[in-house]
Amino acid sequence: MRAWPLLAVALLACPVPSHADEELRSFLIVGDAIPDTLTGKPGDAARGRTVVATRQQGLCLLCHSGPFPEERFQGNLAPSLAGAGGRWSEAQLRLRLVDAQRLNPDTIMPPYYKVSGLQRVAPAFAGKTLLSAEQIEDVVAYLATLKD
Amino acid sequence: MRRLALVVLAVFAATYAFAQTADKRRSGYADMDASVQKMQDDDTANPAMLWVQEGEALWGKPVGSANLACADCHTPARLGGMAGVAARYPAWSPALGRAIDLEGRLQLCRTLHQKGPALADESRELLALTAFVARQSRGQPVASPDDRRLDATLRSGETLYKRRQGQLNLSCAQCHDDNAGQKLAAVTIPQAHPTAYPLYRLEWQALGSLKRRLRNCLIGVRAEPYPYSAPEYVALELYLAKRAQGMKVEAPGVRP
Repeated sequence: MRAWPLLAVALLACPVPSHADEELRSFLIVGDAIPDTLTGKPGDAARGRTVVATRQQGLCLLCHSGPFPEERFQGNLAPSLAGAGGRWSEAQLRLRLVDAQRLNPDTIMPPYYKVSGLQRVAPAFAGKTLLSAEQIEDVVAYLATLKD
Repeated sequence: MRRLALVVLAVFAATYAFAQTADKRRSGYADMDASVQKMQDDDTANPAMLWVQEGEALWGKPVGSANLACADCHTPARLGGMAGVAARYPAWSPALGRAIDLEGRLQLCRTLHQKGPALADESRELLALTAFVARQSRGQPVASPDDRRLDATLRSGETLYKRRQGQLNLSCAQCHDDNAGQKLAAVTIPQAHPTAYPLYRLEWQALGSLKRRLRNCLIGVRAEPYPYSAPEYVALELYLAKRAQGMKVEAPGVRP
């Protein structure tokens, strides 16, 4: 299979479900973590795995690798997701998904639950978060299962 | 014995010095499959040469109310007469009082001297003429002009390159400086040297400009691409040319 160089870039631009209809939920950061769920209830790990493994949704595997034998061409710009649940608590994972720049100003991790402070966002994505609050919780629940 | 030790020491020192100054810059060409490299290197296999031929024909064709062909002013008209020109762009245009890229220079000749209509952005004719002129700099070093009038544009290009943009909140530098050589999914992230443009991209099935490529990246990070006529592209092109100063022009290149 030929590896098209722009495919990855094009995938980043694929249309995603709109998350503009929901108000941004408020959350409280404590230390390097967001202790409470954004939705008031725990996420669904199985749905979270789908978000992570589906390039058009999570985009995760463009940069990360992980335990996804069915997915070819996983990136290596970022640490493997394997063991993420052993390295971080759910609360820590939550902040790293919501807005990792709060922990590392130079990070390449996109902010998955943030709409302000961004520049020149394309109109199709303006005012929308990369993932919905429910999806964030699903992904947190899934990553927490990756203990080693 | 002492002499031998001195020689060994000298060789070691020279090697060390060379390693310290070795140019780490690398064209995207180096990361391509051998088959694609071969396609670029062989004029009979390089699809971009179709545009070069078309450009050569356009070069000799009178246009505009002045009824002038490019070749009427630029002699000798044969391939090679514009050697080294593309390697110097973007450059300062006194007529416009701003920096322009090679496409901008071609458009300026068309409107100012030939007195014809400007060509559409990214049109086949404009790409063909650009490819024809750029081909004549192939093998020459990128020679971005040392011109104080370009300073502000260069600074603005650097700022744009380092500015986070789009929903993914990424800058050019974060991928192409900090993570060049790493894998974004299947793709090796290149150092973003503009030495092969305009180039034929197999994925596009067409020749495209550096602007088109920059737009692809902007769309990739979910930023709003600038319109083709925006000065931001020229600024970025100038900054990229400076980073690639002295690297070999490959135009018209081929990329997967």
